[in-house]
Amino acid sequence: MSATTFPSEAPPPEFVTEPEAAAGPRRVRRWYTQPALLGGVILLALILAAAIFAPLLSSYNPITQNLTNTLQGPSAHHLLGTDQLGRDTFARLLYGLRNDLRIAFIAVLLPFLIGVVLGSISGYFGGWVDTVIMRIVDIVVAFPFYVLVIALVFVLGPGQRSIYIAITLIGWVSYARIIRGEILVAKRQDYVLAAQSGGLSSVRIMARHLVPNVISQAILYAMSDIVQDILAIVTLGYFGLGVPPPTPDLGSMINDGQNFLTTHWQLTTFPGLAVVIVGLSLSLIGDGLADIIRPGQA
Amino acid sequence: MTGPLDSPVLQVRDLHVQIAARHGTVRAVDGVSLEVNKGEAVGLVGESGSGKSMTLRAILGVLPPEAKITSGEILLDGVDLVKLPNHALNEIRGPKISMIFQEPMSALNPVMRVGYQIAEGPRVHRGYSKAKAAERAIELMRRVGIPDPERRFRAYPHEFSGGMRQRVMIAIALSCDPEIILCDEPTTALDVTIQDQILRLLAELCRDSGVSLIFVTHDLPVVAQLCQRVAVMYGGELVETGAVHEVLLDPRHPYTLGLVRSAPDVEHVRESLVPIPGSPPSLVSPPSGCRFHPRCAFVEEDCRVQPTPLRQLPGNRATACLHYERTEEALAADRIAP
Repeated sequence: MSATTFPSEAPPPEFVTEPEAAAGPRRVRRWYTQPALLGGVILLALILAAAIFAPLLSSYNPITQNLTNTLQGPSAHHLLGTDQLGRDTFARLLYGLRNDLRIAFIAVLLPFLIGVVLGSISGYFGGWVDTVIMRIVDIVVAFPFYVLVIALVFVLGPGQRSIYIAITLIGWVSYARIIRGEILVAKRQDYVLAAQSGGLSSVRIMARHLVPNVISQAILYAMSDIVQDILAIVTLGYFGLGVPPPTPDLGSMINDGQNFLTTHWQLTTFPGLAVVIVGLSLSLIGDGLADIIRPGQA
Repeated sequence: MTGPLDSPVLQVRDLHVQIAARHGTVRAVDGVSLEVNKGEAVGLVGESGSGKSMTLRAILGVLPPEAKITSGEILLDGVDLVKLPNHALNEIRGPKISMIFQEPMSALNPVMRVGYQIAEGPRVHRGYSKAKAAERAIELMRRVGIPDPERRFRAYPHEFSGGMRQRVMIAIALSCDPEIILCDEPTTALDVTIQDQILRLLAELCRDSGVSLIFVTHDLPVVAQLCQRVAVMYGGELVETGAVHEVLLDPRHPYTLGLVRSAPDVEHVRESLVPIPGSPPSLVSPPSGCRFHPRCAFVEEDCRVQPTPLRQLPGNRATACLHYERTEEALAADRIAP
């Protein structure tokens, strides 16, 4: 066989797996033609912008107390008034959103990774490995998510680290189940047989051939999982198990404000509304993506 | 094919594959023996469910989990593949033996650029760098007749036509210079003009690189075009083997005769095609004696009871039929009244 020179103008070939390619061949409709997805993306973009540009949107420090100026109503200076310690509610809302979103987005990554790896192993190899992993999954699934997260954080002590640990320990099971199911179907495909016939190792077949084909389902689930995580973080904050004060957090804001619900309803209502809107935007994105990515469904 | 080509690359001896199913054990491959010489193309023909594909998958060691090789030897250059553990087989699959599949669409990974799929073998088995493997992939794409390989390297399988996908499959199979390629009906999903191109390509590879082929199909003209020898399978057993033109023009087994009569022939237009009556046998409880006897026009008493192993005939061919002379007579009658 004669050696062929590789043309220099061609881009250097890179051996990278491209997860976004998972939807490639099936992506028939442009994403912006989906009203749900479009609405969700716009909403989330606004929320993220508000969280990221919090220092620009509010000149107040969310922690600085002003005890001569407590429990003010909405005004030109304080858009949503001040709380019982004289802190600007609008600033606390923005920074709280910022903290909770950051924790939720980070908290979704580790369960995603662990779940995909264990689910792939379980589905591909089957046998006793599958049995062991799936029994562990069954045990975790037997408990309600929020109950288990709250109990774990209670045991580990409040704080971000505990939230990450608790959500990781519990969250991976859903990803493992989804990926396992998808792999069980996908490993019967001819391209897996072809990869085996090419003498590729099991690890390589899983990582390079199977996972890129099934990852889209896990990504879809991650959308609703983030919502679940945000709700868990807010719930923990509400119970005083979340980010310790004075760091702003939507859950602790709701809790602090509920003592003044009859006179200063805005203290509780707006953090609550923020949680609802975040959940709504992520759900819309999830649904819209599902419509586009899932084959055979309009 | 003569001279040094007579040393067999692959020898399958008395291969038995059984599949555990709910209603019993399926004897999918029952005592198959095959020899493939260097640079030789051997056709393996038979109807659906006759065990052709299972034989190929057993040779590669990629049987479905419920199927098992229960006995037999598969010798590749004298090494018995049946006894090798999976990690040792992974060193052989690709560099020594590879496979081409029937459906090029489903056998290519839909979310991986074709260039990477071709380059993967050299990367894994030869330790090539990314750039060197890419160069190799482009060279292979050019060799199997994919136009503009530098650009097509980065395309996805769905951007290719059926024939081009099958060329990609062939490039993958060739990527580590194997000694033998197993072809599982590689032209069945293609239209006839593309089929012809692919067959010419395979024949050229056989001739130029000394690659051996086992070519599974139910399409007799394809076997006639490509292969030197043919083995006919029925109900998990070999019923006839020999040189292609002898077997297809002058069959010595009623089943082969049935296959030949049921295939359209452009040169001798028949009034109507003659189908083989009945349906393939159950492989859970196969018929006693000759497995073809319930469907055979020439059945005699001893066919129902007597086991029918392959028997050597003059001219390096073999048949499992006890009364193969009857086939000759029927064929002579055909020729008188076309």
